[in-house]
Amino acid sequence: MTRAGWIRLGVVVLCIAALEIACRLRWIDPVAVIPPSRMAAGAWSLLASGEYTRDILLTLENVAMAFGIALALGFAGGVLLHRMPRLRRAADPLLASYYAVPTFIFYPLFIVLFGLNRWPLVAIGVTFAVVAMALNTLNGFERVPAALHQTARVMGLSPLQETFLVTLPACAPYIFTGAKLAVVYAFIAVIAGEFVLAGSGFGFKIAFAYNNFDNPTMYGLMALLLLVVGFVNWGLTAWERRLHERSAGR
Amino acid sequence: MTANVLSASPSAAWRAHMDTALLVAALVGAWQLLHFAVGGDALPSPLAASRRLVHLLADPDFAANAAETARAFGYALLISWIGGLGLGVLLGAHRLTGDVFEPMLVTLYAIPKITLYPVILLLFGLGISAKIAFGALHGIIPVVLFTMTAVRNIHPVHLKSARALHLTPAATALHVILPATLPEVFSGFRIGFALTLLGTLIGEMFASQRGIGYLLVHAMQNNEPEIIVALALLLVAFATIASSLLLALDRRLRHAA
Repeated sequence: MTRAGWIRLGVVVLCIAALEIACRLRWIDPVAVIPPSRMAAGAWSLLASGEYTRDILLTLENVAMAFGIALALGFAGGVLLHRMPRLRRAADPLLASYYAVPTFIFYPLFIVLFGLNRWPLVAIGVTFAVVAMALNTLNGFERVPAALHQTARVMGLSPLQETFLVTLPACAPYIFTGAKLAVVYAFIAVIAGEFVLAGSGFGFKIAFAYNNFDNPTMYGLMALLLLVVGFVNWGLTAWERRLHERSAGR
Repeated sequence: MTANVLSASPSAAWRAHMDTALLVAALVGAWQLLHFAVGGDALPSPLAASRRLVHLLADPDFAANAAETARAFGYALLISWIGGLGLGVLLGAHRLTGDVFEPMLVTLYAIPKITLYPVILLLFGLGISAKIAFGALHGIIPVVLFTMTAVRNIHPVHLKSARALHLTPAATALHVILPATLPEVFSGFRIGFALTLLGTLIGEMFASQRGIGYLLVHAMQNNEPEIIVALALLLVAFATIASSLLLALDRRLRHAA
């Protein structure tokens, strides 16, 4: 590990220790924040009890579905925009401000449209994730060097061969970046939706525990959720960096 | 895209605007069709939603709610921009500190911060401070990250020349560091703007009895899709216009740099 890495670890450990001490000495209101050791204990006991396994899996399933749909639609959208420059130019101002619109305001509408089940959650996840995927796919196609296409033509590759042997491998790192963002955005949207209005799931259970002043469960679930998302994100980022390094080295 | 617009002749730029207008018209058309398909109870027509919006805008009660949201958003934006700028300069100026904190910030950027809302509520209580905290929490990280990168990427030659010319630290900051980092920092401000708006609205949806976010949740619970769509229309229009203006400024700054 690098020096910065060790210091980072030290900072994190120090922060947790400071929080623990501050909570134990009641410098922080124990009704508001509980010591990290009790958060960990809460997380462990709710994992061990199995009471929340169904909700956790349900959320992960919804995220996975939203991600899958966003991946397919976003890729198709990116290809379409790449193939139709005029559409692309027309859509550019709208796409550039897409993430300035709090997409989340459409969640209530999706509930009215789909009913109170899993589909509004999946839909809001897709809505939030799909444009990041499309924009990165487009970016990837545009960054394929013209020399690669010329080489493919010189070597007499068929269009199909060119797509699978040249274009797709060349833009894979950018598409991967889009996929990574799609995972993160799907998580954010699905969990936010569960907080606002849902009958089950990770976010719903946190909101439920909060409303019942059940701090060990609330902080336990929160710690668990942040750990899962942080771990997924960390893994994807490391993989992404390797992909980009490899394609830069070629 | 930037290059396209800048080099294109006025008529080509005009055509691009026309195309965008056509696309918006097509989207409104699709909305109308969807309205026919699912019925007015689920999705009001564009006309009904616009009418409702006009009514809302004339309502003094709505004006009070909008003012509350604007106030919370304004404070949160100030904290995001100024706080983010300060932290970003600090992390950018000292390499090791930046290396230590950057991955932590990136992780914080990616987690669903909505999860933390009970903690914010417990710390700040129900009211405007919780909304501001929620907005600032969303918006500050991109500002920090962009500013940090900008400060790190200042060309060393620029700083050396400043030293050779015996500029005071204040003059160095004003005449060298500020112009060198402005385009990047502004991009951070632009993204911070969008995320602060999102954060403030989400904060209002859970942690408030007033504001546009509260009106949205209220309309959702009372099953009033017309109000939901009218508010969504208002927010989409506001966010798109604000973001287009910021984007145009951003491109001008980058082009000048």
